[in-house]
Amino acid sequence: MKKNLSRRLAAGAALALAATTLAACGSDDDATADGDGLIPVTLQLQWLPQAQFAGYYAAVDQGFFAEEGLDVEIVPSGGDIVPQDALANGDADYAIAWVPKVLGSIEQGADLTNVGQIFQRSGTLQVAWADSGIDSVADFEGKQIGSWGFGNEWEIFAAMAAEGLDASTVDIVTQDFNMNAFLQRDIDAAQAMTYNEYAQVLETTDPDTGELYQPEDLNVISYADTAGGMLQDAIWADTERLASDAEYADTTVAFLKAVIKGWAFARDDVDAAAEITVAAGSSWGPSHELWMANETNKLIWPSENGIGVIDEAAWDQTVAGALAAVNEQGQSLITEEPPATAYDNSYIEQAIDELGDEVDTTGADYTPADVELVEGGQ
Amino acid sequence: MSATAQTTAAPGLTAARPSRVAGALAGLSVLRAAVLGVLGLLAVAGAWEGYKALAPEDGVVIGDSRVLPRTTDLAMPHVWDMLQRLGEPVSSLRGAAPLWQVVADAVLVSLKVAAAGWVAGTAIGLLLALLMARLRIAEWGLLPWIVLSQTVPLIAFAPMVRSWGSRIEIGGWEWPPWMSVALIASYLAFFPVAVGALRGLQSTDRVHTELMHSYDAGWWATMRRVRMPAAVPHLLPALRLGAAGAVVGTVVAEVSIVYPDGIGRMLVTFAGQASGDPEKAWAPIFGAIVLGLVAGGFIALLGLLLRTYRRGEAP
Repeated sequence: MKKNLSRRLAAGAALALAATTLAACGSDDDATADGDGLIPVTLQLQWLPQAQFAGYYAAVDQGFFAEEGLDVEIVPSGGDIVPQDALANGDADYAIAWVPKVLGSIEQGADLTNVGQIFQRSGTLQVAWADSGIDSVADFEGKQIGSWGFGNEWEIFAAMAAEGLDASTVDIVTQDFNMNAFLQRDIDAAQAMTYNEYAQVLETTDPDTGELYQPEDLNVISYADTAGGMLQDAIWADTERLASDAEYADTTVAFLKAVIKGWAFARDDVDAAAEITVAAGSSWGPSHELWMANETNKLIWPSENGIGVIDEAAWDQTVAGALAAVNEQGQSLITEEPPATAYDNSYIEQAIDELGDEVDTTGADYTPADVELVEGGQ
Repeated sequence: MSATAQTTAAPGLTAARPSRVAGALAGLSVLRAAVLGVLGLLAVAGAWEGYKALAPEDGVVIGDSRVLPRTTDLAMPHVWDMLQRLGEPVSSLRGAAPLWQVVADAVLVSLKVAAAGWVAGTAIGLLLALLMARLRIAEWGLLPWIVLSQTVPLIAFAPMVRSWGSRIEIGGWEWPPWMSVALIASYLAFFPVAVGALRGLQSTDRVHTELMHSYDAGWWATMRRVRMPAAVPHLLPALRLGAAGAVVGTVVAEVSIVYPDGIGRMLVTFAGQASGDPEKAWAPIFGAIVLGLVAGGFIALLGLLLRTYRRGEAP
């Protein structure tokens, strides 16, 4: 009995301690302007600083956010920070995340809205060796297919579902964030982003020839060409705050205007954009960074309806894929259609309207640069 | 009361001066340790190259699982290639620093954070141990919670710490991200210190405390003159464990909460570049080893400072 009491006392003391600690954590959610008259905004990325996010870094570097009255802090991820969770918890004002991942979070109760679909098409590839006999998703049957997991795998399962394949017929192998498993032929086909891992293969010396691997050595399946292709990098906002906080809604439009200018800058001066992301802390060598900036541009431009406007057909395909996909543990990403609040084009359309002729928001004449890769991405 | 017990009765009162012979012997043993250390490094490098030269290129596979690693340059770069890579610039960017310098900078950042975490963790651990040694009820009440605290998985705990930290703002002062990392490091470091110090403080022979009692010494005097000196042999291994915990906590927390400047983050980013530049990925691994060695060396120094109190310790 006495022992019990002392335990309770200790528990009480611990609770009291926790309460005082929490009380010290004052909330600074109110988006009031700080000293220099700029509204502080936190943007949560979904990965480390790299040219995939060139437009946001360019908007900071070139002062586009400041022009719109915003002081934007960009927070990288890459560890255990899930951008849509950080946004839902109020740690960030906006988050960059792939659409299928957030659809999963929304079904689990997060209240988030896609206010800008920056990437118009999927950049996910499945890369196989040219002699592997894997030319399409249908050829996955009986093969070892690499995937990163962490929610990056749903396009694979959606594309497989469209071909009538599931994890009982395809061996899904968790893949590291480099291409060594593929290079050593531990897996038959590796998941790769056009702007990153695909280049890593092309930056590696083929021990048989002594030269870098060439695109001819590889069979490349682009998920954008399959039924599994899904929308990727999008800007997410807090649905409830959009509805209840007029200032947040205005900030969203201002934020999107600066982002559009940032991505237009990255399109028109890809070299400068790559340099900005290196300066922002990307640890890639300049040639890899330039490749990434260029490939990222290809996923955005041209943007027929204007950058960031969500194409309904692409959205519907993403939702259909998310509904059809079943992973290797038999789990589905989502089981019902997302709510109507899951995306809203009004903010991005307002931003495009307000920018008018100031910025080319469709990039109809966009032509990608030609980037030469060097060994090790140096 | 035996003779040995008598000599250790109040170890804080007598400080043995090492003789000149002992000093020379100590110098010799330092030299021997240095030579052995270098030999150990050479042996590891030799074993690495030996395995790489002799083992089959594809490693050894039993059934479906590879029990011994591949020996390709991608999986196991040559020792000299890794060393050479350390001297080359980190990337071809103009003005890029050599790789070793970038790694050393990251190690220094992590070392500072780990040290802050270790100091905080040690202080908390010692205070808890003192409290528990003073009050039996505190020991009953706190010890289970202290043990329980270590069962919380770091990957669940770390993002929460970061989230809380990002909201702390007192006056104009904002909670810097490195303090979240240090906090997690201290969370791993305080546990062995609290448990080890408590064990040490309770390890005094009854005869010694009774002797102090007969002098009418108070609790604090007994603590300072008898219990604390007697705790040192228990405390040093606990501090060493705490230092290891602080280093591991720092590296893991850096990855987990995305603290960009330390060695933990570098381990992940360079591993992501290992396909085209396999030697580069090993550099932060060496850095992490150095970090651990520095932390261990610091505790060894501490042990040297406290050597007066370590006579009862098994060699």
